[in-house]
Amino acid sequence: MEELVQQLVNGLAVGSIYALIALGYTMVYGVLRLINFAHGDLFTYGAYLGLTLLGSFALQDRLGLAAGLLVLAVMVMGLVAVLGALLERAAYRPLRSSPRLSAVVSALGASIFLQNALMLIYGARYQVYPDILPQTSVEILGLEIPVLRLAVFGVSITMMAVLFLFVQKTRVGTAIRAAAIDQDAARLMGIDVNRVVLLVFVIGPALGGAAGLLVGLYYGQISFTMGWVYGMKAFTAAILGGIGNIPGAMVGGLLLGVVEALGAAYLSHSWKDGIAFFVLILVLIVRPSGLLGERVAEKV
Amino acid sequence: MSRRLAIGYLAVAALLAASPLVLDAYFLDVLNNVGLYVLLALSLNVILGDAGLFNMGQAAFYAVGAYTGAILSTRFQVPILLALPVAGLVAAAFAALVARPVVHLRGDYLLIVTIGVGEIVRILLVNDPWGLTGGANGIFGIARPTLFGWRIRRPHEFLYLIWGFVALTVFLFHRLEQSRFGRALAYLREDAVAAEGSGVNTARYRLLAFALGAGWAGMAGTLYAAKMTIISPESFSFWESVLVFLMVILGGAGSIPGVVVGAALVVVLPELFRGLASARMLVFGLLMMVMMVVRPQGLLPVRARRFRAAASPAPRAGAAEGGP
Repeated sequence: MEELVQQLVNGLAVGSIYALIALGYTMVYGVLRLINFAHGDLFTYGAYLGLTLLGSFALQDRLGLAAGLLVLAVMVMGLVAVLGALLERAAYRPLRSSPRLSAVVSALGASIFLQNALMLIYGARYQVYPDILPQTSVEILGLEIPVLRLAVFGVSITMMAVLFLFVQKTRVGTAIRAAAIDQDAARLMGIDVNRVVLLVFVIGPALGGAAGLLVGLYYGQISFTMGWVYGMKAFTAAILGGIGNIPGAMVGGLLLGVVEALGAAYLSHSWKDGIAFFVLILVLIVRPSGLLGERVAEKV
Repeated sequence: MSRRLAIGYLAVAALLAASPLVLDAYFLDVLNNVGLYVLLALSLNVILGDAGLFNMGQAAFYAVGAYTGAILSTRFQVPILLALPVAGLVAAAFAALVARPVVHLRGDYLLIVTIGVGEIVRILLVNDPWGLTGGANGIFGIARPTLFGWRIRRPHEFLYLIWGFVALTVFLFHRLEQSRFGRALAYLREDAVAAEGSGVNTARYRLLAFALGAGWAGMAGTLYAAKMTIISPESFSFWESVLVFLMVILGGAGSIPGVVVGAALVVVLPELFRGLASARMLVFGLLMMVMMVVRPQGLLPVRARRFRAAASPAPRAGAAEGGP
């Protein structure tokens, strides 16, 4: 029983990271019908930028742990957002009206380029985050739960809630939803679709970058290729929840994290990375519109 | 096949046949690798170029073929060249099984699924099912091929074996293009709805194309196993699939000479710039992005087939006004 609860908490923590990354896939897909293959790599850039900034500014020593990490997170999210916007301009905007295959190939090219640029800068070896977070646990209902897991979960959920409110309640959020439903009609209503696309390529990567930073702080070890595994899992989460659907990405991420944690614990650990792919293929065969996918069924 | 193309093929064949006279073992081995990648790229071209199915898991079928050949060779002492067609059939059957439920999925979804299949196959090989695949270490001690009592082991002998198979493949695939099957694929790639409406069973042809392409990749896999005598899961990674995908796109999807050129460029260019080896993938990534903007149809794109009337009949008066 205790093992089960521990795995559940672990799964929710990892799943919330998947969900954060999945939001980037799902928002871009919602507006452009494009799988941004480079999104996983932007996530990795978040982790590496976080490492570099942590080492060069040591904000946690100057401002205290909480304020230092907050400033660090804002810096990382800002930088990755700039990268996302550049990527959109360089790799995707020239192909907006091209056939689907061209955009897919360009996205893959961007992914390969970003990944290898990172390898050339930092080297091919693992990088290790400094140990700055306290390894304490709290006791909840007689169970020792690491604070870090709860923090990862809490931070992710907070960001997702903010995003959800932004998209649902603000004028700009309404513009994003309108462009996702019908770009041409949105344009006729006076919405600058190019700016919406740019905004989506700023918000998604910012959240992905934050997820990268969280992974660095949580696991302590990062590699330049990790974006592809996390990216595939996050994409699975987006499909699982119904691609193009923001609450769907959150639900899908958490669900996938839990399924993976339980599967690794009770079925087979060596198949841990395969579970996500099985889920992905199963969902695409059985219910390609995803769990919460009614709203976007006509897009699939 | 046009006359110019035939002359081009003959020139390449003559150069390859003469290459052992001038090149050392190292460069002959590079040529052998080119040949294997040409086979792989041609096999993917049936799926991606002819049928328009975004398959980014070709390494999975390559792996299934290589492992089938290797297992038959090491466990059952089957001569590797006899195992070749068996490996092709196993890979084709595997592909048909896997593709059956997903072949109707739209473009980029299929791409993701095939990436998933590639990863699952790789993880499966590492996990050593029933002690067959040797886990992460792979299988070693695969017997050399023998042809009419001749044991093939040196690079120039493999050159003739591999490129002979390439020549056969190019010939057969050109014939296939002209066949009913090839025309059906061209039709459904250009407009699947119109093809379906004209009575082309699109699902069946897509599945057939998938199985054929995968089977051919499987045979290429067995050739690879025979050449290396040792195979391991890391030879069949996601990047292998990406490289083969890139060869087809770069050369010109659907164009056989284009795909051959694409494969040759992707293998040979990094060999020429060995000093920049670590930046190789960076350049590929950049190339993919630039290519899609500048020349998305590939270096040697496929040309629409032209049909000429046997003898042009004199235009009849009033024909333009329409029939009955």
